[in-house]
Formats: sequence, C-alpha cells, structure tokens
Amino acid sequence: MNDIIISLQNISAEYDGEKVIDNLNLDIRDHEFVTFLGPSGCGKTTTLRIIGGFVEPVEGDVFFDGERINGLPPFKRNVNTVFQRYALFPHLDVYNNIAFGLKLTKVPEKQIAAKVGAMLKLVNLEGYESRNINQLSGGQQQRVAIARALINEPRVLLLDEPLGALDLKLRKEMQLELKRIQQTLGITFIYVTHDQEEALTMSDRVLVMRNGKIQQNGTPEDIYNEPINAFVADFIGESNIVHGVMLEDYLVEFAGVKFACEDKGFAHLEAVDVVIRPEDFKMVGAEEGMINGKVESITFKGVHFEIIMEGHGLRWMIHSTESREVGENIGLNLTPNDIHVMKKLEEGR
Amino acid sequence: MRTKAAAYPYIAWGMLFIAIPLGLIIYFSFTDSAGALTFDNIIRVGKYSNVVVKSVWLSAVSTVICLALGYPIAYYMSRASAMTSRTLLLLIMLPMWMNFLLRTYGWMSILENSGLINQFFGLLGLGPFHLINTQGAVVLGMVYNYIPFMILPLHSVMLKIGNDVIEAAQDLGASPRHVLTDVVIPLSLPGIKTGVILVFVPSVSTFVISQMLGGGGNQLIGDIIELQFLGNAYNPNLGSAISFVLMLIVLLLMSVTGFIGDDLEENLI
Ligand SMILES: Nc1ncnc2c1ncn2[C@@H]1O[C@H](COP(=O)(O)OP(=O)(O)O)[C@@H](O)[C@H]1O
Ligand SMILES: [Mg+2]
Repeated sequence: MNDIIISLQNISAEYDGEKVIDNLNLDIRDHEFVTFLGPSGCGKTTTLRIIGGFVEPVEGDVFFDGERINGLPPFKRNVNTVFQRYALFPHLDVYNNIAFGLKLTKVPEKQIAAKVGAMLKLVNLEGYESRNINQLSGGQQQRVAIARALINEPRVLLLDEPLGALDLKLRKEMQLELKRIQQTLGITFIYVTHDQEEALTMSDRVLVMRNGKIQQNGTPEDIYNEPINAFVADFIGESNIVHGVMLEDYLVEFAGVKFACEDKGFAHLEAVDVVIRPEDFKMVGAEEGMINGKVESITFKGVHFEIIMEGHGLRWMIHSTESREVGENIGLNLTPNDIHVMKKLEEGR
Repeated sequence: MRTKAAAYPYIAWGMLFIAIPLGLIIYFSFTDSAGALTFDNIIRVGKYSNVVVKSVWLSAVSTVICLALGYPIAYYMSRASAMTSRTLLLLIMLPMWMNFLLRTYGWMSILENSGLINQFFGLLGLGPFHLINTQGAVVLGMVYNYIPFMILPLHSVMLKIGNDVIEAAQDLGASPRHVLTDVVIPLSLPGIKTGVILVFVPSVSTFVISQMLGGGGNQLIGDIIELQFLGNAYNPNLGSAISFVLMLIVLLLMSVTGFIGDDLEENLI
C-alpha cells in the first residue's frame, strides 16, 4: 500500500493533561478527498493540526509518504492549510498574500507572477492582485486563502471548516468549486466540517468523529445507509432512535412489538439502539400498522411533510410526500431493511 | 470638517496647554529681555551646535538600545500566557512608580568608583573601572528610564498580531527568522514608530540624567536650556530659542526618517 500519503498510528493528543484525541488510527490515500465530520469540540481541528505540525501528539506516530515526521516543524512539511478564519496577512495585498509561500523560495519574480496569475484564475479572482485584504468579502478572502495555500503545490491540502463563515448559497457554490479544484489539481484534500450534508456531497471518504475517536470510516453512501451506531445515525441526517432488545438473530423487539430485521450476531436479550430513518416509514390506515398512533403535528418542509405521530408511548418522526390531518389516527409499517439495529454506545470515552 | 460641540472642551484644553505655551516660546525666542524683536537668540543657538549633535547622538543610541532590548521582551510578553505577561508588565512598570531622582541616584551609587560594580570587581582583583561620568552612563540612564515607553506600545501592537497569522506563515514555509522579518516586524511597525518617538523625544531634551550620571563633561542640550531658566545664566529668551530650534530639529529628523507622517495618529492609538 504505497499510495498511502498520510498515516496516523495510535495517535493521542492532550491539552493541559486532558485527552482530546484518543488512540486514533487512520490512513489517507494519495489524491483522496477525505472529510472529518463531527460536532464542535470532537477533535477535528486538533487532528488537522497534528498533520500540519502545530500540535505534537503525546503518543503515536505521524507518517508522511512513508516517513515518520513527528517533531518536524510546520515550515518543513509538504502540507498547506486553509485556516478556519482564513488568517490572511493584513499588511499584504492579494498578490503578496498569494505569493508569500513562493517568495520564501528562490523562485524568480517573473515565475512567481505567472504562478500567482494562474492561482487567481483557479479561484476566479483575476484582476484582484492589488486589492487590500480588508476590501474583500468573506467569500473572496476565502478564495485568497485557498490560492495562497495551493501556490506551493503541496501534496496535501488541509481545510479547516473553510466555508463555515459563508452564507448558504455561497457555501454551495464554493463546495462545487473546491471539489473542482481538487479534481483539477489531483492533490489530497483533508477537509473538516460539522455539516453532514457538506461532508456527504464533497468527499470520497468520511470519518465521523466523536470525543476524539473515529466512530465510522467509510464512503458517504456507507455512512448514510449503514451508520455503525446511533451517534452516527443521528449525526448523519434525522433519525428515530429507540431502545430495543435483540430477541434472537433477525428478531428485535421495540415499542412493545417484535420486528423481523436483517441484523444478527448480538447476545441473547442484548439491549440495542434501533434506528429508523423518517422517510422509511410507510403510512397505513388506523390500527392497520405495526405501530399505531395519533398525528400530533405536521410541518411542510418544502419537498416533504414532517409528521410527528405519538404511538406506543413514543414520538415518531415521519417524512412523507403525503399529508395527514392533525389528530388523525394512523398506522406505520416497516420492512426488515428499514430497521437498523446497533450496539449501544458506550458512554463517554 | 465639522466641529461638534462635544469637541469644544478638547479645543479649549489644546489651546490652554499646547497652543499658548508654544506661542509663548516662539514669542520669547524672537524678542530680547526688553520685548523688542530680535534674531540674536536664534543666532546664538549656533554656539551650542556640538551640544545639540551630542544630545541627538546619545538619544539615538539610547533609542536603538531600547528597541533592541525592548522588542524581544515585548514579543515574548505578547506570546506568553496572560499570567506571565501580566507579571512582566508589572515588573517593567514598577520602576516607573518610583521617584525619578531616586532611581537615578540609585544608578550613581552603583556606578561610582567605590560603587557596587567596582566593589564586585575589586573582589576579583580587577578595577576600579571608570563608569560614572561617562557617555555610557548617560545612555544607561536614558535606557533605564525610557525603555518602558518602548515596550508598552510594542506590546500593545503585538497583542493584536493573531497566532493564526504567524501559524499561516509557518505553514507556508517561513522559518522562525522569516516569520520575524516577513510578518511580525511589518505588523509591529506602528508600535516601533510610536516607541521610537516616545523614547527619542524625551531623551533628546533630558537634563537631570546627564548631570547626575554624566558629570560636568557631558552636558546635554536639556542642561543648557535648564541653565537659562533656573541657573546662573538666566536668559529665558535664549532658553526659548534653544527649545524652539531643538523642537524643529526633532520634527525634521522624525519626518525625514519616516517616524512621523500621515499615519502618526494611527500609530499612537
Ligand atoms: N488550545 C487549546 N487549549 C486547551 N484546550 C483546547 C485547545 N484547543 C482545543 N481544545 C479542546 O480540545 C477539544 C477538541 O478541540 P478541537 O480539535 O478544536 O475540536 P473541533 O475542531 O472538532 O471543534 C475541545 O474540547 C477543545 O475545547
Ligand atoms: Mg475546529
């Protein structure tokens, strides 16, 4: 496996004695678009900073292209970063911000100018060379930050929530543009976000993190369709998560009802989390479903209705293109592959 | 330009404490003791040109030393934890709260031929070295007295340089030396300018330090001015003329070297 460009092995990191990255293992392949996804404070930035050389892990090894790089200072690493708040140089104009990395090398000025021009073109900022940084909008500053980080042609680009400060429309545009840039240049992108939709649309591979640990590592489809536990399921899109008991292989009980399922390999009577996507329920008439109850509220969400039904002492969220009446009695049906049985999360770390 | 009513107190204040004294200095410079218009005073300032040169030179040396010593201290303080930074700030300001004369007397007893330093060298069988009443002692006194005025503006400017900008430079391949020359120094330039002004201006007209640590042979222009007002040479007209010329020289030096310009106001904030 010599196409692994970055490898983190048994990495732990601490701040003031408190562990924030806990025995993390990860291989990233060359040319891959990998995304760290997780709630705020789960250790995404810290992991990026370990790769960039700004945080030294207390345990474990960092490999770059097969070479151990623990202790190597950031300025010697062939990795560049787009920082969370851009961190542009306020005393330099757009041209000199972008040229900064090249000017540190022995590259002749003419070549630098050509390269800066190409970068400005790549990020759609032609003609902005002599603008001041504080004359730029957030989106434009973002583009400068990307161009600046790319000019040294790093093998790996680290991006820490680069679109976090932009409004929704601009964010969508920039997502496509970043993906295009990554494909054009063919370099490895390691991307950090807490936005699940962003992670799913852009990445080749998503790493869902929680409390300094990777919960799941897979393609966007895997992560969405086969979440490994209730945390991932809940984080990736909306879910109904209820307590259940595994009676035997392929049979689970929850909400006081036994359901056929596709899961096996649990202990007899093991307590489990059962996850059901709201769009997977099939609505049927009153008392005709496996779960029955009364509609509590209906909200129109643009493409679908979000129906909250109370039944069997629980609240169920249903997404459907059909509407119902508030107060109406309805039933819900599930097929075995709508039911995802998951091991209970061990609490804390 | 609009003048708001709220600005009147400041205008009055400025008139009272800046414009009127300045007007008086100019008035005295161009009159004799009888009040008649004359250029004699200004012409006589020429006699002291070597003293002026010496004052400017010693203050320039002191300013450079303050900058060289103060810059790393200010940088360290701005990157240190809040606790360390506050402690250092306190230590730097502490001597400022002591009486100026007392501080300078302290240095006299340290530098004297029988002072602390020479006692120490005496134990090693060396010396005594002639330390007091030298130009070096005057420079030392100036640096000691004015270095807080270098460190404080540097510190406040450096606090505003985000760690993220420094990390961005490192990330782009800047070695520690390039982080300093390409990012930290350019971004702290306003603090450097302010510090230089705040140290150089009082140094150039200082008088007690030169008398106490420099002995009779190291009179500075401030001493000459003092003599015209408080000494035997009593001649306020000449004193005003020297002050006026000194002020012009300082302004000229500062604007030629770029320490005051359009951005002065910005630098001082
Ligand atoms: N400089 C720091 N000093 C102390 N604790 C920190 C520091 N940076 C981050 N942390 C803590 O480490 C944990 C992980 O932070 P971070 O990696 O920034 O998370 P994320 O980027 O996923 O939001 C958080 O609990 C955060 O409070
Ligand atoms: Mg973060």
